[in-house]
Formats: sequence, structure tokens, C-alpha cells
Amino acid sequence: MKQTEGMTLIVKTVTRISVWLILLYGIYIILHGHLSPGGGFAGGVIIALAFLNVMLAYGRNFIKRWVNIGFLHDLESSSAALFLAVGILGMAIGGGFLANFISHGKLFNLLSAGTIPVLNIIISVKVSMGLFVVVWTLSVFHLDKGGKEE
Amino acid sequence: MILPFLIIIPLLAAFLITLISGEKDNWAIVLSVLAEMSLLTLALFSFFTTGYDTFVYEMSGWKIPLTICLVQDALSGFMLVIVNLIALTSLMFSISYIRQYSSPWKYYALFMLLITGMNGVIATGDIFNLFVFMEIALFAAYALVAFGAKAEEYEAAFKYAVMGSISSTLILLGIGILYASTSTLTMAHIAAELQTKDPQVTYWVAAVFLVGFGLKSAVMPFHAWLPDAHSSAPAPISSMLSGVLIKALGIYAIIRIFFNIFGAPPVFLMIFMVLGSISIIVASYLALGQWDLKRLLAYSSISQIGFILLGLGIGTKLAILGAVFHILNHAIFKSLLFYNAGSVEMALGTRDLRKMGNLRGALPVTTSTSMIASLSVAGLPPFNGFFSKLIIIIAAVQSQHIIYAIIAVIGSLLTLAYFMKVQRYGFHGETVINEIKKPVSLGMKSAMIILAVLCVVVSILIIPGIREITLDPVVSVIISKTGYIQAVIGR
Repeated sequence: MKQTEGMTLIVKTVTRISVWLILLYGIYIILHGHLSPGGGFAGGVIIALAFLNVMLAYGRNFIKRWVNIGFLHDLESSSAALFLAVGILGMAIGGGFLANFISHGKLFNLLSAGTIPVLNIIISVKVSMGLFVVVWTLSVFHLDKGGKEE
Repeated sequence: MILPFLIIIPLLAAFLITLISGEKDNWAIVLSVLAEMSLLTLALFSFFTTGYDTFVYEMSGWKIPLTICLVQDALSGFMLVIVNLIALTSLMFSISYIRQYSSPWKYYALFMLLITGMNGVIATGDIFNLFVFMEIALFAAYALVAFGAKAEEYEAAFKYAVMGSISSTLILLGIGILYASTSTLTMAHIAAELQTKDPQVTYWVAAVFLVGFGLKSAVMPFHAWLPDAHSSAPAPISSMLSGVLIKALGIYAIIRIFFNIFGAPPVFLMIFMVLGSISIIVASYLALGQWDLKRLLAYSSISQIGFILLGLGIGTKLAILGAVFHILNHAIFKSLLFYNAGSVEMALGTRDLRKMGNLRGALPVTTSTSMIASLSVAGLPPFNGFFSKLIIIIAAVQSQHIIYAIIAVIGSLLTLAYFMKVQRYGFHGETVINEIKKPVSLGMKSAMIILAVLCVVVSILIIPGIREITLDPVVSVIISKTGYIQAVIGR
């Protein structure tokens, strides 16, 4: 079989299966951020790792074909703006920046703790997209001695 | 209620700029100028309404010490006004200057992050939060130093990043030790707790902080990164770095931590005086030998920071008044000088003083404003630099530090000497230059004129009636040993 890009067939097949498990684990960490160790940042890093796994196994051009990097940029910026919006809402409703203005619910329920799960999800989008775009940019950027940007 | 907006507005502007800008930078300019104008208005309003009071804003509706708090007193109001004033003129200068680089909208997003970091450092009352905002400002600064994307700029940015990381690590270590010994991160609570602890803790932590924040403010033995970073950055960023960043991250943090938290231990005041006078003399000599205009200005920044540190070290009311006044003055004239250097670089394509000449005909605004700025920084009356240096020297004589007074006088004369060199070779040289590559735009001219006018106008802050409502509250915040603790905790 002709080797086009990325790694071997074995790695590609394993990645095809494992990437969903990694994503699922990341989502679990994010959604349980207010109940167990972890949260938006840790879960976001795991999700970014899932993307990076695909990028390593299938090569840069595969990602370029399937994902719009500009959209990831926008997703990252808008999640930061959303975080601030939640903070300002807290100011308007609950008496301080980032105040927890939604009902706190029952302790240890998945849907509890007011705005904290919402903020965890926003942070995870910011972190995962940010981290992935950083590594992506590093992989695209070539600066030889005396050369110019690609 | 004003304080959180000083952080929210630039942060929101930064992310909105990345969202809405396309290839052109029109929306980025509109958004950032609007944000900066509102920030300056808020800062001025907060400074003039604060007076001798202290306002504390508790985040997310919790009470300190459980939450992060923002503290607004005369000192933070004063620094916020300086930062946002220089930032506004810097943005005016940037509009046509930055268009010579690729994708200018990224510049405005990074610029807004820089403002977020500095406003955050100044506004916060929590020592770990101070560290976080400091890192935000520094990371934006690293990227902005490398914005020209040439090899030397990357080198300068990398050097800056290495030195910045070393100093941040030291500061984090100091914060860790403080947290371990006092179990709190709110600065006022740390100050109250430290009074009951072994003074050894204070000395160890203060030594670590001295190196950490010394690197940030580029005092003489810790200055190696500054001449590279400040001369390689685009001119409006050089003015932000030299004019306000080293003061917000370095001097302001030193004042807050050494004076408000540690209660100004005499041994550290002595160290400030020694480091300050070394900076004044050695950096002036190094500046005398430079032919690169922006490098000369960078060395001059180190020597002027020396004056501020000397004033803080003498520690009397008058000396601190001089230091506080010199913070404002240095921000104004050093930013103006970097704008001058930037417009000369844009018009002639060189920063080498030997390749410049008589620019009176070609760049009249730049030449005349550079004369005003040079006279201010050299300390000639009636410009603002004269008054602050005079106050520091008088305070040194009054408190029996004759040698330091002599050092300050010599430093002042050396400053005059190297700015004579700038004027003689750079702006009033023999070869008359009439051809320029790119004209200096209206925005750049108005930024320079505003700061040149301020060089003269700011002198009135020293008139007693005006001083009592502007500089005196700031001095009282610094000089009062337990005032900060009582203002934040005992409300």
C-alpha cells in the first residue's frame, strides 16, 4: 500500500478508535468539573489532545481538508467573550463580577452549582481550541536560517 | 464599581477584535480607540473621586479573604491614569505606523491584552492575581516586541522572554513562601499577618521579590534585557514598554509590596538607594556611547528608573513626592522621545544618529517636540523633569544623604550631555535633509504634540493647591505603614 501522509495503517486504525474514547473522557472531565477533580482546563487539554492525535496520525493536510482553522480561531475568541458575558451578567444580577446567579441545585447532582458548569464548558472550548491552534501554528511555521515565513 | 470595568473593557475589546477583523484593521482601530478612551475617562474619574479614600471591590459576591478583591486608592488611580493616558497616545501613533507591518489587526488585539495586564496589576488587591495579570501583560509584550518579525526582533523577544520567565519564577517562589507562612493571598491580610511573624520571613521573601521585580523594572544589575527589547519593538510599543510597563510591573509592584505589605524595612530602602544610584550613573555612561537612537533612549530609561528608586529609597515624604512625580514625568517624556525616534525611523529609514542630520525642514513637528522632550528629561526648567529631579535632590540633601544628592546631580548632567548629543547629531546636524520616504501622519503628529504640551502643563502639579488634591494623596498611601491594612480590612 502506498504511504501517502501521516503514520502507518496500524496507527491510523488505532487512532480511529481511540480518538472517540479520548474525546468522551475529556467531556466527562468537563461536565464533572464541579463534582470531582478536573474541570474546564483539564478537560479542554484532553480534547485538544484528541485533535492532536488525529493530526499526528493522519498528517497536517488531512486536518486542513476537514477542519476550518479560522473557525477554530473564532470559536476560541467567542468563548472568551462569552466568559466575560457571564461575568458581567453576574454583576448585573448577583452583586459582583462572576457572581453565581443561577440556583445552586442539590449538592453532587450533575446539574447543580449554578454557573460553574457553564463556565467550565466555556473554558474547555477556549483551552482546547487555543492549545490546538498553538500546536497547529507551530507545525505550519517554518523559519530557516535567512529564510522567510512560509 | 468602576474597577472591574478597567479590566473587562480591554479584555472584551481584545477578543472582539480577533472576532470581527478581516484583512483590514479599520474595525480594530475603532474598537481599540473607543475602549481606550473609555478607559482613560474611567481612570481619570476614579483618580479624582478617590482622594484619600480607599474603595474595595469584592469579586463574585464573596467577602475577603475568601475572594479576589480589587483595591482602588490614590496610588492605583494615579498609575491607572498614567497607563491609560500613554496608551491612548500610543494608539493614536500606531494607526499609520503599524500599517507598515503585515496583519495590523493582531497588533491591536495584543495591545488590548497588554492594557488588560497592566490595569489588572494596578487594580488588584490579591498577590497571586497580581502575578497572573503580570504574566498576561508580559506575554502580550513578548509578542509585541517580535511584531516586526525580523531576526533581531525575535532574538530580543526571546531574550526578554527568558529574563521575564526567570523573574516570574522568583516572584512565584516568593508568593509561595508568603502563602505558606501567612495562609492568605489578600495583600492586606498578608501585611497584617507578617507583623506577628518572624521578621526573617519578610527578609527572605523581600530579597526574592527584590530580584524578581528588579528584573521587571530593569534596575542596574538586572537590566540586560531592556536595551534589546525596548529598541527592537515597534516605536509605539517601545513607548509603552519604557513609559509604563516597567513602572506598572516593576516600580508599582515594588511600592505596593515593599511599602504597603512589608512596611518599608530600612535595609531595603538602603538597597534601593544604592541600586538607584548605580543605575543613574552607569546607565548614563552607557547611554553616552550609543549611536542607535532607540538604544540610547532605552539606556536612558534605566537611568531615570534609578532616579525613581533613589527617591523611594530616601523614603522621606518629600523624596517620595519626587519619585511619584518622576513616574508621571518619565512616562510622558520618554514616550514622546520614542514617538520621535519612531517617526524619524519611518521618515528616514534609520535609527543611527550619524545618518541623521538637520531635520528642521523635513520633520518640523518631530524636531520641535524632541527638543521639548530632551529638555524635560535633562531637567531644565520650566519643563516637568526639572521639578521632580529637584525635589529628589533637595530631599536627599535634607535627609543628610549628600553623596546621593551629588550622584543625582551628576546623573542629571550626564543626561543633559547625551540628549545634547541626540539634538546635535540627530535633529540639528550639519547635513540638511529634505527628502523623506514616508510622511509623518496626522495621528502621529497629534500624539507627539499632546505629550509635548503635557511636558509643560504637568509642571503645575507641583503648585501647592493642585498638589494637595493630586500628588499628596498618592504620597500618603505610600508613606503610611498601616494605612493600607486598615483601609482594606478594617472597613
